[in-house]
Amino acid sequence: MNTTHYPHAARMSLQDVTVEFDGHKALNGVSFDVGAGTLMGVVGPNGAGKSTLFNAIAGLLPVRRGKVTLHRVDQGNGALAYVPQRESVNWRFPVTAMDVVMMGRCCRLGWCRRPGKRDRELVDDCLCRVGLWDHRSALMTELSGGQRQRVFVARALTQEASVLLLDEAFSGVDAGAQEGLVEVLQTVRNEGRIVLLATHDLTNLAGRFDQVLCLNRRVCACGPPDEVFTSEVMEQLYGAPGVHLTNDGER
Amino acid sequence: MIDFFVAPLEYGFMVRALIGSVLVGVMCPLVGAYVVTRNLAFMGDALAHAVLPGMVLGFIAGINPAIAAVPTGVAVAVLVRIVSRRAGLSTDTSIGILFAAMFALGLAMLSTATTIRVDMEDLLLGQLLGISPTSIYVSLGITAAVILGLFALHHWLLFASFDPVGAQVLGRRTNIVDYVFLVMLALVIVIGIQAAGVILVMAMLVTPAATAYLLVRRFVSMMIAAALLGTAAAVTGLYVSYHFNLPAGPAMTLVASAIFALAVAFRRRAPV
Repeated sequence: MNTTHYPHAARMSLQDVTVEFDGHKALNGVSFDVGAGTLMGVVGPNGAGKSTLFNAIAGLLPVRRGKVTLHRVDQGNGALAYVPQRESVNWRFPVTAMDVVMMGRCCRLGWCRRPGKRDRELVDDCLCRVGLWDHRSALMTELSGGQRQRVFVARALTQEASVLLLDEAFSGVDAGAQEGLVEVLQTVRNEGRIVLLATHDLTNLAGRFDQVLCLNRRVCACGPPDEVFTSEVMEQLYGAPGVHLTNDGER
Repeated sequence: MIDFFVAPLEYGFMVRALIGSVLVGVMCPLVGAYVVTRNLAFMGDALAHAVLPGMVLGFIAGINPAIAAVPTGVAVAVLVRIVSRRAGLSTDTSIGILFAAMFALGLAMLSTATTIRVDMEDLLLGQLLGISPTSIYVSLGITAAVILGLFALHHWLLFASFDPVGAQVLGRRTNIVDYVFLVMLALVIVIGIQAAGVILVMAMLVTPAATAYLLVRRFVSMMIAAALLGTAAAVTGLYVSYHFNLPAGPAMTLVASAIFALAVAFRRRAPV
């Protein structure tokens, strides 16, 4: 992808990334490259290390061996935006969609600076882009699962992030809302950003993602969705050679 | 009716008590809004008990106990974070250990310090009517520092309170914000202890903020409503205390609790 016109474009490379907990390898020698403007699904069974991978990329976990390299056009703060799993968010905290999207400006605001006109305009613009302008004053608890995810994507956009990490973003989101979220992510991807989305849901992967990373503590396969799901890879992922995908991507 | 409010102010101690009650009524609920929404009530209670050794040390050394309590509160707030990170324990467990240890240290110091005479009831229940000019100056200084801190860190505090993991990804600032918040919490507790004592300061920290949580939607509105409700409870409690010869701390607590009970009965917010 020609990244000249996309200030938030980025390329990311992981080389031999290994993460250990108490001597036990949660990730073992994970290596893959993601080009600018890629929407990548990260799939694997429970305990495969999907969240660990995201935490390692985000710098929340120490990497025992290997490295994560990010090449980006914009050298400002806030290159990575993390959309957390539902249970790690404090839903009791009473904030509106607009408040959450404004949080994305934190890294660009100084300690004492209040949001200016440009910050507010950017927040309004990003809320429009994810189709939530009409819900800007709604509390986060009043929004559906899909709408909440789109608010977090809007926050990543106001942050001017180059890489979006969405951990289990389809969890608790119905099929229609999943499609809406994927459409938003595809427009974000079209601006040269990298979007990584961890999911258990193996349906319709071909229609949704450019690349799929099959992870089971190590990389089992990485490539276009219609190429990676061989019976050999499915056995490595789920330990059952009989598990395979139909053309629609259904198990 | 006017006499009810004005007549007591002919006494200097009552003017100081009124200033003290307004400072407590504003500052404890402002920080308390975060305490309620971040589930930090146990931390608040623990800090209130943990400053006891500092206050006793103040009595022994002849320093104003409010001033002596500040470094103790700050040290305990920071220690809780360090212990829970280093030992890999939950924050609640670290708080439980430090809170009991510090309170026990304070009680041991009290029993061994034969040279000082401290009214235990004043320490535990507060003595707003006997608040000294120095304590008022300390409270004013703390008020200015905490309001400045809340203003400067507002957006980071919102982010870290709502989505701690997402905020941490944005950088190490989140850790600084958490430490500074705990220090601010320790500071307002020092203000609160003078009015309501070690035990009842929790009421001013939590009850008006919890009442506001039930009545308004957004967090900023909640802070403002909490400060107004806290001031109303503190000032009303002070006058009730003066006219009906009751201790100030319990009077404030009872007024704040009554307002909370009304809010529960007529609340707007559905339970989360």
